[in-house]
Amino acid sequence: MSEWPMSESPMSESRISQPRLAPVRFRGRGFVVTPRWYGGLAAFFIIIALWQAAGSLGWVSPLFLPSPLAILQALIALTASGELGQHIAASAMRIGVGWALGTSAGLALGLSMGLWGLARSIGISVVSALFPIPKIALLPLLILWLGIGEPSKIATIALGVFFPTTIATYSGVDAVPRTLIRMAQSFDLPFSAIVRKIVVPAALPSILSGFRISASIALLLVVSAEMIGADRGIGAFVLQAGNLMQTDQLLAGVVVLSIFGLIVARLIGFLEARLLAWR
Amino acid sequence: MTIIVERVSHRFDSLDVLADISFEVGDNEIFAVVGPSGCGKSTLLSIIGGLIEPSAGAVRVGGVSPDALNPITFVFQDFALLPWRSVATNVQLPLEHRDLPRAEMQALVNDALRRTGLVDFAEAYPKQLSGGMRQRVGIARALAVKPSILLLDEPLSALDGQTREILMEDLSQLLASTRVSAVYVTHNLDEALRLADRIAVFSRRPGRLREILEVPIPRSERMTPGAAADLAALHERLWSLIRTEAIDAEREVGHV
Repeated sequence: MSEWPMSESPMSESRISQPRLAPVRFRGRGFVVTPRWYGGLAAFFIIIALWQAAGSLGWVSPLFLPSPLAILQALIALTASGELGQHIAASAMRIGVGWALGTSAGLALGLSMGLWGLARSIGISVVSALFPIPKIALLPLLILWLGIGEPSKIATIALGVFFPTTIATYSGVDAVPRTLIRMAQSFDLPFSAIVRKIVVPAALPSILSGFRISASIALLLVVSAEMIGADRGIGAFVLQAGNLMQTDQLLAGVVVLSIFGLIVARLIGFLEARLLAWR
Repeated sequence: MTIIVERVSHRFDSLDVLADISFEVGDNEIFAVVGPSGCGKSTLLSIIGGLIEPSAGAVRVGGVSPDALNPITFVFQDFALLPWRSVATNVQLPLEHRDLPRAEMQALVNDALRRTGLVDFAEAYPKQLSGGMRQRVGIARALAVKPSILLLDEPLSALDGQTREILMEDLSQLLASTRVSAVYVTHNLDEALRLADRIAVFSRRPGRLREILEVPIPRSERMTPGAAADLAALHERLWSLIRTEAIDAEREVGHV
């Protein structure tokens, strides 16, 4: 605020002929999205509470939608009997081996496509032709080739993971700033050192994004593969529970899958935080 | 250390970029190249540094110091720092593949950091630094390999006016205290007049060497009041050589 009354202000004389002054109206409100920490928790709590109320008050039949409490009881019983552990172990093994194989192959091809012209020409043709095929459609063929056992399921997951990893790695390598490579060349860094110290670290954000996508695909494919040809694994368990109308157990399996997804997302988030702290 | 550029021409596909460029840079000389946008200044620097093979002509160098770890070394316009490495490890990068004892490598890094005023920022990451400090890291990295020739590609053009002024002073002192020949590409005539012994003026694309101007004032005296009139006259002369070409180049870019 001014120290002088308007009439005594040193500027007042020049203002005499000015029109009446008005404060500038603030127009910058909104469009700044600030997440509230309690929002997600509250929404989750409300949904569970409503769901439980619907079950307890008899609004929906427990056969079609068991209450959260019933699902929790089923989860506890399945865990205590050891059955759930066996299914989880079978699925985790398939995801682990399939993801590791598919990711390793995808990283190798994606890196090659980013670094060498011939590999790029071959890789782009092959990836473009095969990537759009839903990999689960290949499971019957893979069963014919590899048998009904583990290899066919693992191969389905590996195939599903391979393509997004290849594309993410190739895109990441292709997007490495040219000036960084020229800088390294100007210091006579050998090819292998340029790949190791410049290309791979610069492509890492894209590669890790690919991991996030491929992990979701692996989860999707393991369930699908287990529903088609397995007697162990979360997918097989969910299908079996559905066939027997044990909807509390079916949803217990779905909860396990959701926790699986959350754990994988957390692991990749942890990797990103460790490896990409410089961003 | 001498650089001889002999009848160098270059084209990218059907685009002629440089036409028949010849000049020589002497021992410990700072040689600036100025010219309108797109006249091939940076391409010429890449050719001198061995990053682009010229379509015609050759570049030869002589008198390389036996101590030089990377005789021809670049300082880049956009700094070219690795964001995942600290200042010290960025400076260390060009030394890591050389057969140097750990202690010697560390001494070279420390010396480069000291000369560029970065000792207190050794553990910082590029994203934590201002533009001027990032370019200091680029310069420190170049000094760490004891170059005989420095190729500076518009090293100050990404910086604001004040930072540019400060860094120009520091660069001037560094070049004076280091036995090195340099080719300094710039748009900025003041930078060229402050730092260079001779200034080559290029025409618009395809870049041809129009004239080489000597700056007859010792580098150490260019900030003194007595030098102001002579530098202003040289500035006028340089601008008169470039002005029409720069306007034509600008219109040409506008039509692309």
